[in-house]
Amino acid sequence: MVSTSSTNETSDPYAATESETTEGKVYTVTGQDWDTIVSGIAEDHDDKVVVNMGPQHPSTHGVLRLILELEGETVTEARCGIGYLHTGIEKNMEFRSWTQGVTFCTRMDYLSPFYNEMTYVLGVERLLDIEDQIPEKAQVMRVLLMELNRISSHLVCIATGGMEIGALTVMTIGFRERELVLDLFELITGLRMNHAFIRPGGVAQDMPAGALDEIRDFVALFKKRLPEYADLCNANPIFKARLEGVGHLDLAGCLALGITGPPLRSTGYPWDLRKMQPYSGYEDYDFEVQTWDTADSYGRFRVRLNEMHESLKIVEQCVERLAGLEGAPVMVADKKIAWPSQLAIGSDGMGNSLDHIKHIMGESMEGLIHHFKLVTEGFRVPAGQAYVPIESPRGELGAHVVSDGGTKPFRAHFRDPSFTNLQATSVMSEGGMVADVIVAIASIDPVMGGVDR
Amino acid sequence: MSEASTGSTDEGSKDVVAAATSGEAPGEVIARHEGMFGVSGTGDTSGYGGLTRTVELPGSTPGPYGGWMDTVAEALAPSTEKVVVHRGEITFFIRREDLLAVVKLLRDEEKLRFELCSSVSGVHYPDDAGRELHAVYHLLSMTHNRRIRLEVTCPDADPHIPSVCATYPTADWHERETFDFFGIVFDGHPALTRIQMPDDWPGHPQRKDYPLGGIPVEYKGGTVPPPDQRRSYN
Repeated sequence: MVSTSSTNETSDPYAATESETTEGKVYTVTGQDWDTIVSGIAEDHDDKVVVNMGPQHPSTHGVLRLILELEGETVTEARCGIGYLHTGIEKNMEFRSWTQGVTFCTRMDYLSPFYNEMTYVLGVERLLDIEDQIPEKAQVMRVLLMELNRISSHLVCIATGGMEIGALTVMTIGFRERELVLDLFELITGLRMNHAFIRPGGVAQDMPAGALDEIRDFVALFKKRLPEYADLCNANPIFKARLEGVGHLDLAGCLALGITGPPLRSTGYPWDLRKMQPYSGYEDYDFEVQTWDTADSYGRFRVRLNEMHESLKIVEQCVERLAGLEGAPVMVADKKIAWPSQLAIGSDGMGNSLDHIKHIMGESMEGLIHHFKLVTEGFRVPAGQAYVPIESPRGELGAHVVSDGGTKPFRAHFRDPSFTNLQATSVMSEGGMVADVIVAIASIDPVMGGVDR
Repeated sequence: MSEASTGSTDEGSKDVVAAATSGEAPGEVIARHEGMFGVSGTGDTSGYGGLTRTVELPGSTPGPYGGWMDTVAEALAPSTEKVVVHRGEITFFIRREDLLAVVKLLRDEEKLRFELCSSVSGVHYPDDAGRELHAVYHLLSMTHNRRIRLEVTCPDADPHIPSVCATYPTADWHERETFDFFGIVFDGHPALTRIQMPDDWPGHPQRKDYPLGGIPVEYKGGTVPPPDQRRSYN
């Protein structure tokens, strides 16, 4: 229980409150207090060891701190310490325009940037009431980028998960393929991560020339290479021995803890928002929801592996549709929302839009004023709130977007699946071995940028 | 730390006007902003100082809402302050003393069955007198494929809301985060401590009266003020 005592007049009214408990001593674990904790524990329980793992530990998926209480090699209690990567993205977004907000939220979960952008943009578009006006090509490009992103994200999950149990080849080939996906991102958006490419109203740029051929080449190559993961891992006795039965969490546990994504689907429940609550035209694509029935780390690995095959199918369908959409608009027609220019790389290597500059500087004073207002002030979004969740590689990702009718978000809160799923650390790893904690956490696939925001 | 924001929250305008009760879907006015760039007094030479903008949130929506929304609305009617349907999303404002009974009903009643609590987030409306702090719950029924939003308010002076952890264990970290950032105390939470900020951090950073922070940056002789002190459109 927390008491809000305000007896100390001199202190800050928002100062941290004192903790009270009836169940013995409280260790706040604020850092640099390790000696106190260890000596305190030692007084009470002689046979128990408390191990601090992270935040600087190669196996904890970024700056995750684990506080493990051990008896021998068995974990009796596992707790997470998070917040080491908190950057105040949500607060920062309240001080920038609606379009600039994309630039911030793309940096949250850095392995799936397009999903962060997408859920935020969908919320803004719902408040603007322009959901039906988004051009078809923009929708297809969004799906294309998201599914490529799902592949690259799952590859990192499998690669780092393999590395952490010593399967280094899985790591090297995983990153080899991810590199190819990042090359496609660079070709289409100009950046390998932190794209800020999906904007309210559409996407920032049209497809560059030759991009579809590059994607076709990638799909052809990846179809050959994806089975390698199955050959390496699926029936590998060492791999299976490390993963099977580890990090077990059944359906009831998943729902109670709010777990979504591959951990939920590994219990056999085919919940996928792309099918259940389609957005961005997902109802038009042919793909299957992948499930497994073991509810353990191995099941989650297989779900991810199969999902990459499905994503590849969707990418192929996107390419087919884009081939017939050459020259179609990628931004909403409403000029009060649509970013005015389509940039091209000039001879100096900088992005610029010469036609647009010619128009506003030489031809139309109104065009210049309009450009200035839209770029500096931005557009206003009608007051209200929206929550449009999407199926990110890690589960349900949603942005609670609140507008007060101004040019900036009044509040943007992200329901990040990594944050929610990480709560399962305790139930997945307590009672198991220390080495299995790593496997269990890798099977959740938390990205600390998304957890801490 | 620096002065409070001159951005979207205008310290000067405290007049809160009650929602108009007549007409269809009246908005709820919660604040008024004056001027254009967040500057007040003689400093504003832009000519836009006389502008006023009322901040009006979507108001209470009268029923019926159609389909399943009515089923949920009927079940929650005794505990509901108001219902807002906006852009196809339904929001129930629940009296905070009834919250625990409501979430239990929503989870356990077969007709409702909202088995997943997606998220808990906070919103701070500094000008909404008596209900400054809002806790917002997004619930999902996988059985029926529906989503609803619950909103519970509490005044700044008494920032207590019962914890829904017993019904939705997933709310554990979400409530800790909302406490951390807004100072809403969730009574009955098993261990309500800070989660993102360090344990000894003063203040609750995502409240509107908490400054963004930052320092002026000099560049080629000019000085760029931090984002929350720049001239901005409000």
